[in-house]
Amino acid sequence: MNETLQSALIAKLTALADDELILAHRDSEWTGHGPILEEDIALANIAQDELGHATVWYGLRSALDGSDPDRLAFFRDAGEFRNCELVELPRGDWAFTMLRQYLFDAYEALWLFAARNSTYRPLAEAAAKVVREERFHLQHTQAWVERLGLGTEESRRRMQAALDMQWGYAQQLFVPLPDEHLLVAEGIVPDLAELKEAWLERTTGHLQNSGLKLPLQMGYQPTHREIHTEHLWSLLAEMQSTARWDAEAKVW
Amino acid sequence: MTPLPRADQVWQALAQVPDPEIPVVNVVEMGIVRDVRVEGGKAVVTMTPTFSGCPALHAIRENLERAVRGLGFAEVEVRTVLFPPWSTDSITPEAREKLRQYGIAPPRPAGESGLIELEPAPLRCPRCGSLNTSTKNTFGPTLCKSIHVCNDCREPFEGFKSV
Repeated sequence: MNETLQSALIAKLTALADDELILAHRDSEWTGHGPILEEDIALANIAQDELGHATVWYGLRSALDGSDPDRLAFFRDAGEFRNCELVELPRGDWAFTMLRQYLFDAYEALWLFAARNSTYRPLAEAAAKVVREERFHLQHTQAWVERLGLGTEESRRRMQAALDMQWGYAQQLFVPLPDEHLLVAEGIVPDLAELKEAWLERTTGHLQNSGLKLPLQMGYQPTHREIHTEHLWSLLAEMQSTARWDAEAKVW
Repeated sequence: MTPLPRADQVWQALAQVPDPEIPVVNVVEMGIVRDVRVEGGKAVVTMTPTFSGCPALHAIRENLERAVRGLGFAEVEVRTVLFPPWSTDSITPEAREKLRQYGIAPPRPAGESGLIELEPAPLRCPRCGSLNTSTKNTFGPTLCKSIHVCNDCREPFEGFKSV
């Protein structure tokens, strides 16, 4: 692999890992606060899985450049993170959290399914592993979207409000990184344009069957992963505080 | 000089290492240990993680190393591979029976499944054997388990997820 390709792959792995890490942290904020015990446990499990996936992607990056996953997670500032804005938004209410997780799970499951065919073997192997875990998430969050969308007037209103807010943000999941086309050309990562079609078909069908209306206006659509909302700063302040207070707090 | 143990003796030692979260089964019968090689004075053990976010992985890796070192190897290397992905299909029939006796419904055959597939058939109650059970939560106290209830004997029970 030449140097340009390798740095493109490092950037992509970082974006994948950062998405999972930040989403896992937002999900973990519900631990002890879930609406019922079973759901508290379920979301804690999902958060733990996403954290595990972050470890997998940071690990693949580490194999390329020797970087330390803990340093990346706990000692980078907000401007150095490459997650999409959707995952850093505050957790909101239960409808907001479930919808975000659903939109992300549908994207991630499709991405992983396609990435099993990556020409970069370590990535293909990791995707084959992770996709088996991801389908439990999708099954769970898909049911929540339906349950709230077709539930009471109040639950539908909240789910619709979450959709109006998130739909534009979610589109960023399909904005390629600057050099990502080089990786696509080599068959290393899936083409996001193709995945977006499959994702739109799956999500719009399910959202509409759940009594929700797609927003007529897309709203704000972030396009650069170097740019973040102010919410990422406060999230990191909390997430990184232990490691920054005590550099020996190595195990996470 | 005493000769170093052979690979089959290493396997035997590894079969003494319990799964940290489900101590009635060991890591070999759970399909976590993939390969053992003895090269000169060194033992190389290859393992595969169950769930990628499993918090017991560190403990498993350390326990494997300790068990092999206990045989007299000066150097022990534990390698981790992700491929082929660990599946509950790798759990041996003996381990499945141990899980059932412990109160955890063993996993169904996983095979190759699609992108999203709902749990098809109900799990058999590990207590009374009834198939009249319902899933209460796809997620349980650990990443590998789900929660169910038996509609006949009324007992809640854990089931191993099929992956």
